[in-house]
Amino acid sequence: MRMSLPLLALAAGLALGAPMTAAADDDDAIIITIKDHKFVPPEVKVPANKRLIVTVVNDDPTPEEFESKSLRVEKVIGGKSQGAVRIGPLKPGRYGFFGEFHEATAQGAVIAE
Amino acid sequence: MLGALIIVFREVIEAGLIVGIVLAATRGVAGRGRFVAYGVIAGIVGACLVAAFAGTISRAFEGSGQELFNATVLGIAVVMLMWHNAWMARHGREIAADMRRLGDDVSAGHRSLAALAIVVGLAVLREGSEVVLFLYGILMAGTSVTATVAGSVLGIAAGAAFSALTYFGLLAIPTRYVFTATSWLIALLAAGMAAQAVQYVNAAGYWLMLGETAWDTSWLLSEQSLIGRLLHTLIGYMEQPTELQIVVYLATLAVMAILMRVARPAPREKRAAA
Repeated sequence: MRMSLPLLALAAGLALGAPMTAAADDDDAIIITIKDHKFVPPEVKVPANKRLIVTVVNDDPTPEEFESKSLRVEKVIGGKSQGAVRIGPLKPGRYGFFGEFHEATAQGAVIAE
Repeated sequence: MLGALIIVFREVIEAGLIVGIVLAATRGVAGRGRFVAYGVIAGIVGACLVAAFAGTISRAFEGSGQELFNATVLGIAVVMLMWHNAWMARHGREIAADMRRLGDDVSAGHRSLAALAIVVGLAVLREGSEVVLFLYGILMAGTSVTATVAGSVLGIAAGAAFSALTYFGLLAIPTRYVFTATSWLIALLAAGMAAQAVQYVNAAGYWLMLGETAWDTSWLLSEQSLIGRLLHTLIGYMEQPTELQIVVYLATLAVMAILMRVARPAPREKRAAA
């Protein structure tokens, strides 16, 4: 897999940001953190044509509903808690997601390539 | 306040549409108001319980508890709707013709009402638990209680008004067609729920076949728009359904049609009764 500089920075940020939550046994561990009703990182690159598990970590004390029409996901993640979301296999492209309880700020996307 | 209003309104119309259809579908059946009220109350209590135990439910079944819970709730609702439609296929005409003729079959009527009360309860439970979690969140985040309550009350009022419109709109249909119309609505409602249920099962990690997106109509009608949401609740509109969801949708309609055909009384019987 080619690693671009921003992606490396992103991976490093993730590793520092949520060391306890990464599923270490999987190279494709994808983690999206909710902080102050925003997604960190707001965009995640994932491999296309593969079934994936995205771990959504809610760092806020309040619950959020992780939702995406194009990914066909709707899952409530409690405050200070986390949940696994199964997605894919995805065709290459951009798939938006949002937090239903804070739609104004909680916007993000998965980019399959 | 606006946030509470919007979310509460959204969830209330989703449950409210179902209540409106159920009320229209049971026109003329004695005791329906009571049954629907029980359904709503049980749904609200259930919603609070689901919200309170959201964490426990989520962690169950290796983290797939929430998905399997939703799939089960929707699955039960589908079965109840099928039962009701089969019952209605048998008795609808009698009710439309003359309520009193149903007198000797009140207990059967109550069983069908109970099935629909369960559907109402489950709809309120599903949408209500989201409302409870959302409101809990914004109150916790320090939004003023007065503003939140005001927003919620307005949201409930607006949602209820919208549901009442659905109900009276359906009542405007002439009596002889109303059961046909509501039977169709209930069939489509059930098919949409079954298609949603199967996606939850898929999200839980099971039934991974036919997972390709069948089509994408998000350019035409977004599922997040008001009309998209209403159609999602009513007929199960999905902007990007999987092939499996399409298969399940059509299969549910087919099973419903067969059940209704089987339950329908023989034509000669009706001629004799009239």
